Amino acid sequence: MAQMTMIQAINDAMRVEMERDENVIVLGEDVGVNGGVFRATDGLQKQFGENRSIDTPLAESGIVGTAVAMAALGMRPIAEIQFGGFIYEAMDAVCTQAARLRFRTGGRFNCPLVIRMPYGGGAKTPEMHSDSFEALFLHTPGLKVVVPSNPYDAKGLLISAIRDNDPVIFYENMPLYRSVKQEVPEGAYTVPIGKANVVKEGNDVTVIAYGNMVRLSQQAIEAVEKERGVSIELIDLRTISPLDMDTIFESVDKTGRVVIVHEAVRTGGVGAEIIARINEERILKLEAPCVRVTAPDTPYPPTLIEDKWLPTKGRIAAGIKKVLDF
Amino acid sequence: MNSVALDMQKEFKMLQILDTDGNIVKGQKTPKLRDEELKNLYRWMLRLRVYDALAIKLNRQGRLGFYAPLGGQEACQIGAMAALRKTDWLFPSYRDLGAAMYHGWPIADTFKWSRGQIGGMKIPEDVNMFPPQIIIAMQTIHAAGAGWKFRLKGEDHVAITFFGDGATSEGDFHEGLNFAAVNNAQTIFFNQNNGYAISVPLRKQTKSETIAQKALAYGMKGVRIDGNDIFAVYTAVSEAAERARKGEGPTLIEAVTYRLGPHSMSGDDPTRYRPKSEEIEWKEGKDPVKRFRLYLEKKGLWTEEWEKEIEQEMKAEISAAINEVQKAPIGEVEEIMEYVYDEMPAELKRQHAEVLSWKEAK
Ligand SMILES: Cc1ncc(C[n+]2csc(CCOP(=O)(O)OP(=O)(O)O)c2C)c(N)n1
Repeated sequence: MAQMTMIQAINDAMRVEMERDENVIVLGEDVGVNGGVFRATDGLQKQFGENRSIDTPLAESGIVGTAVAMAALGMRPIAEIQFGGFIYEAMDAVCTQAARLRFRTGGRFNCPLVIRMPYGGGAKTPEMHSDSFEALFLHTPGLKVVVPSNPYDAKGLLISAIRDNDPVIFYENMPLYRSVKQEVPEGAYTVPIGKANVVKEGNDVTVIAYGNMVRLSQQAIEAVEKERGVSIELIDLRTISPLDMDTIFESVDKTGRVVIVHEAVRTGGVGAEIIARINEERILKLEAPCVRVTAPDTPYPPTLIEDKWLPTKGRIAAGIKKVLDF
Repeated sequence: MNSVALDMQKEFKMLQILDTDGNIVKGQKTPKLRDEELKNLYRWMLRLRVYDALAIKLNRQGRLGFYAPLGGQEACQIGAMAALRKTDWLFPSYRDLGAAMYHGWPIADTFKWSRGQIGGMKIPEDVNMFPPQIIIAMQTIHAAGAGWKFRLKGEDHVAITFFGDGATSEGDFHEGLNFAAVNNAQTIFFNQNNGYAISVPLRKQTKSETIAQKALAYGMKGVRIDGNDIFAVYTAVSEAAERARKGEGPTLIEAVTYRLGPHSMSGDDPTRYRPKSEEIEWKEGKDPVKRFRLYLEKKGLWTEEWEKEIEQEMKAEISAAINEVQKAPIGEVEEIMEYVYDEMPAELKRQHAEVLSWKEAK
């Protein structure tokens, strides 16, 4: 096994799948010759040629829109959006076309398309690059949404996404690209879509997070466990849509206390959906109102303010204490 | 040559007035500019050159944030803005800080913007521009809207927008051109064709032989110019502005130029996608600043001392600006919350109070 960063694991997943299936192609801005601005597709053009690792014209709607048709006609395209903040330019292609093709055609067509994009705060990008828009896709029936939190999951989930028969939004957290290295198996393996990961078991509180917030939550949990002598469970969602409610309910039944952490803005977010479902199915199991630790409801802030705006270890710890002290 | 009947290279022959040695091309007319005006153009081009070099340096020192080098594109940005009025409106991209500074955006504010510091995008009241656009090509639509508004309200202004060759692939660009043409908008679409969109060369971006010819399809005037020739730029924009003000519609200008530096300072490595020889050819053979200097020198309008003076002055302004900006507050979450709505809705007020409590907790 090799030690890999998340960006290497993502690159490896694409390589492995492109070797396995010649219908797998990658397309996007600067993905070919340049290997992507983050180098996610580095070396793929060299290995698979210009027709499989493709530099497209600069147009997100064109990238995803053409990929929708290719997917319907038997290809397995991986469309890269250079930064997730630019996905609005392709929103019709994603949310009304890719997401609904199966539905509109009574199952005649499907859309096995992966749309990869970097997202997430802390990378010091200029404005409009770093937003967390996962809730928009959660709100769109027909899409799956995957957010890996580490290199191992990233590779396994991306391979699952490429093999999935429905469109998958593959959300890659920018600060995670190069910050952690992990053992990643060679060759193909899958991590199932729709299955959360219990990172750490515990009895008193359930903390639910994904992406970069998993790491931060882990740190907060360690601090509170030490301070309070409690045990806290940490769930890494891994998939935002479909949500793995079985794993969440099982944990809630045990702890009765829930904190949800996301770096997206609060209103209408993933946290809101999870709390709604907990209320619908498990309200009597709750010992305290569920707490959300999120960014406030503003557009993504200017670079130098982002660290104050994003959830911190301290704010997550405060959220955990709030449900403990209720 | 493709199957299109028109010979685009002929139809859209590149206008050059000042050749690469600083001589006037035979048969071409120089714009009517007084010596002082000529010197002012040069002064500004040189200011941008100094700005570009220092911005790159400050970025490397970690004192600036995002920066997209504009070196090589000085004639485009200064020539175009000098042909317009202070009352005209500018819709720039991230690479057009030079155009913006000429139009009045203070150096310190460009640094705040780059660093991502509060106030960086609050353009001073007396500067008619939108903040630099990040979403490629979106500014072309805004410029169409502004130019349309001027016509609807009988205002004498012009809207100018700058965008790259890659931007011409976005649907937004086509919508912007079409809206402007259909509505006779008082808009100038100034394309800086620097040959690359990050790593992607123009030939992968479009099958058109020129960008200027795209104007044809929208029923608007298209012109192609040497973007490293300040006289060609000044002339083309002056004429486009005159047409726009007279109600004769928008213009698409393709200025052929080159970005001498990397795409941005965020890890771009041009050796991955373009030959060094090409860079050298543009840098040494076609440089817009050098070319204009040679011209002025021949007219007796340029001296070495004057050049030094301009450089020193700009360096001092930049150093004062960066020091001021580094001392200024970077901004707080509760402050930016004030700018989401006219009046904060109840939930945002609640969150505002919560944000204040984070501080107390610390
Ligand atoms: C909608 C959108 N897509 C992608 C990007 C990422 N991006 C930033 S600059 C750039 C290339 C732009 O090339 P061009 O239009 O030629 O302008 P230049 O940078 O050369 O001035 C890309 C792809 C973006 N900012 N916005």
